[in-house]
Amino acid sequence: MNSREITTQISKAADFLNLKKWDYGASFSNDYSVQVDKGEAKQLKASQKQILTIRVWNQSNLVGITTTSDISESGIKKALKQANIASDFGNKNETTEFSPLAKDPITVKEVKKRNPVGIKKLLTLLRGAEVKLIESHESIKSVPYNGLTESFFERVYANSEGAFRSYSKSQAALYLYARAEEKNKKPRSSGSVKLGYGADDIDIESCIKEASNKTISHLNYSSIKTDKYLICFSPDSFLTIINAFSSMFNARSIIDGVSLSNKNSIGEKLSTEALNIYDDGLHEKNISSTPFDGEGTPTKRLCLIKKGRIENFIHSESTARIFKTTPTGHAGLGSKVSVSPDWIVVEKSEENFDLKTSLDHSTYEGEFVYIEELNAIHAGVRASQGSFSLPFDGWLYKNGKKISIESATVAGDIKYLFNNIVNIESSQEVTTSGISPHIWVDELSITGDA
Amino acid sequence: MLSSQTKSNEIIFGSCNKDLLEEIIFYGIRLGADFVEIFIENTDNSSVLAEEDFITSVSPSFGRGAGIRIFKGKKDGFVSTNDLTKNGLMRSVSQAIEMLDITDNKKEVFNGLNKHMDYSLSKQKWINEVPSIHEISEKLLVSTKSLKKNNKIITRKGSYSRNLQEVIIASSDGTYVSDIRLHQTVGLNVIASDAQYRSSGSRRFGSSGMPNEFRLWDHEKAANDVFESSMNMLYADYVDAGQMPVVLANKFGGVIFHEACGHLLETTQIERGTTPFENKLNEKIAHESVTAIDEGISEGSFGSLSVDDEGMEPEKSVLIKDGILKKFISDRAGELRTGHKRTGSGRRQNYSFAAASRMRNTYIAKGEHSKEDLINSINEGLYCKSMGGGSVGATGQFNFAVEEGYLIKNGKLTSPVKGATLIGEAKEVMPKISMCGNDLELAPGFCGSISGSVNVTVGQPHIKVDSITVGGR
Repeated sequence: MNSREITTQISKAADFLNLKKWDYGASFSNDYSVQVDKGEAKQLKASQKQILTIRVWNQSNLVGITTTSDISESGIKKALKQANIASDFGNKNETTEFSPLAKDPITVKEVKKRNPVGIKKLLTLLRGAEVKLIESHESIKSVPYNGLTESFFERVYANSEGAFRSYSKSQAALYLYARAEEKNKKPRSSGSVKLGYGADDIDIESCIKEASNKTISHLNYSSIKTDKYLICFSPDSFLTIINAFSSMFNARSIIDGVSLSNKNSIGEKLSTEALNIYDDGLHEKNISSTPFDGEGTPTKRLCLIKKGRIENFIHSESTARIFKTTPTGHAGLGSKVSVSPDWIVVEKSEENFDLKTSLDHSTYEGEFVYIEELNAIHAGVRASQGSFSLPFDGWLYKNGKKISIESATVAGDIKYLFNNIVNIESSQEVTTSGISPHIWVDELSITGDA
Repeated sequence: MLSSQTKSNEIIFGSCNKDLLEEIIFYGIRLGADFVEIFIENTDNSSVLAEEDFITSVSPSFGRGAGIRIFKGKKDGFVSTNDLTKNGLMRSVSQAIEMLDITDNKKEVFNGLNKHMDYSLSKQKWINEVPSIHEISEKLLVSTKSLKKNNKIITRKGSYSRNLQEVIIASSDGTYVSDIRLHQTVGLNVIASDAQYRSSGSRRFGSSGMPNEFRLWDHEKAANDVFESSMNMLYADYVDAGQMPVVLANKFGGVIFHEACGHLLETTQIERGTTPFENKLNEKIAHESVTAIDEGISEGSFGSLSVDDEGMEPEKSVLIKDGILKKFISDRAGELRTGHKRTGSGRRQNYSFAAASRMRNTYIAKGEHSKEDLINSINEGLYCKSMGGGSVGATGQFNFAVEEGYLIKNGKLTSPVKGATLIGEAKEVMPKISMCGNDLELAPGFCGSISGSVNVTVGQPHIKVDSITVGGR
């Protein structure tokens, strides 16, 4: 069945079961992936997946939900029946409705949909990448974590009031994590991830180069003394922090009491006036963009922080109604609808007079710690309390030298971090999770082994 | 239960599918596969969420699918599909064969499937014995109400999930088994707040194969535990960073062994060349006080299985005996690629993942000391009563958050501290576990790795680590 036929099938089954109000979200995908081990194919994988999530409103306007991978006629009927039963337990305290924007026009990026290149070509490309990466430096002995995938999928949203949206696209991803070993030294590992609309679009050479350079750059390492340091966050690491604490801008989290913000936080000063942060799912550089969210609301660019102050929250239909505003296109379908950011863009605002512009990661000669990549986010972030303690890969810059840090964590408080941003470099970099310049923060605690 | 022999062009749960499975396996062998494995799954899940004094989400889900794996030499091709018709499964076999580029004429022999091993016979009734949504909702609401012990508690949550998975596993070595797995888990979470102070507390409980377990869950005790933890930590100071001795509590304290050492003993890590223990079999890798076990047989434990996802009954594997490495955790691919015998540890989240060597119930065995012995032996250090999550990097370095910690001074527990992180490497820390308590307890958890998220148990008695890096402020 295609998405139109599924919609018709759900509509017929709902009529038969006397269910007047329903909506659904679905995704259908075909994925292909390869992994290699020293030139040999290790695992080759193909999957065909379909996921259907149906919501049903009962006569008391309470919502029930069911998810299934069975989109046969009987599967759809069963899903509607189960959702109807679940609706007896629907949340009476917070009602859910269709998004008022579910029929508004959507902006679909002009991207040519790629065709599958096939497992054999994926394998050839990955084998070649592995060989080149191992040959790039004598210390690189293996690429233990590697993969090349291509996905072709369709996302659908439809409801009983006639809303219907469908969007299909292709996406490919390459990851290469090299392991370097030298005598009498601990093994070091680092890597790179690249995305593209298809396997042929991925910049394999730059992925190899980045993985190699990053791994080699950590070969000569040293412990760092536990202390407070001036920190320069790479674009990737700063975006990691922002995403980890995105509950500060999330209306769902605020209502649920797990955010540091509250309903009155709009306008609250968090940081230097030089800081602007947007959520921009439709950004031209965002390979993973989708034109609508789980409730069918169009995706759009939204300012979260303007000149250091909270400007907007991200919303679903129900949180927007509670906050007396409109949905922002950040909902994930569920009986308790989730809210999450799409793609963060960090910028320097025009009000940047208080910045210490001499702090530039490529020219600054004073002592500082450069945080390249933050790890173990799920373990080291307490978003509801605002604190973090995270291991990282990075370097200590001291006396004109750059030394890889053997093993260390950076710890702090997100509000302290925002409040202590001392420079936002001018040049932005595109990463897989957004865009950001390098960000400098004064006085964060580093724990090391020295 | 296999009620009747049916000739069908589709896999039907509850019927005999032997002819169809044999036909599909034979098809793969005829096309040149060395080995063909079929994993078929039918799931019936539900979850319930209570927030404050309301049920805010009831989410049933169901589904079915198949994962087909073909081996040629040491290579494997894996295809997953929702199409359980004969044509759909044949197509998946063809796709896997094509991916592996099998062209040689050497043919393996397939002598048909063995006698069906049906582990599900006594489990058919489980679906009718598990608590109803009404029953679950009522108990969750009582539980969240129990958390409201003072006005500093600003958020209360209770969650329940039940996963019922029916599986059929058949392969060209004759394996033909069926099973039903039931996992239930329930958790409580609170956030406490007072002026600028904030803390949180959480506990999770879980079982396998025990439909009545949720009814027996002592929600009052759990609520008291979570509440006390959040109150103890509300006004705690940040811990000072440094090297110090620590005592790790039993139950979920075992997550460190699971993450930092257990994963390094999976054959997938040998395949990748990422374990420092690869050539250390029968060598000392830990302090002599450490014996560590991985097994899938403890009744009711969250990581227990009647049969693994490759059709093998799980064994009790002594991984480390008195500090000496004795065994690796292995699956079919692990045995093929590393030579380590299978241990009944081939596991996967669902049909869309190929099985891999994964832990089940993994724990450090009990020693002879009391908890007090361990604490009394430390002049200045940290007691980690409750651990948060953690992770291990590609080079074996681990990092774990301490959810509830207390300073140890002169052999006594003193003030609570927050923000502590334990940092180290397994091969350096294992020799420093110098004392093991006599109070082994297990705790349920979810482990995410190469074959998805699987139910596991972690555990240990109280243990003392002579020195470890504690991250703080």
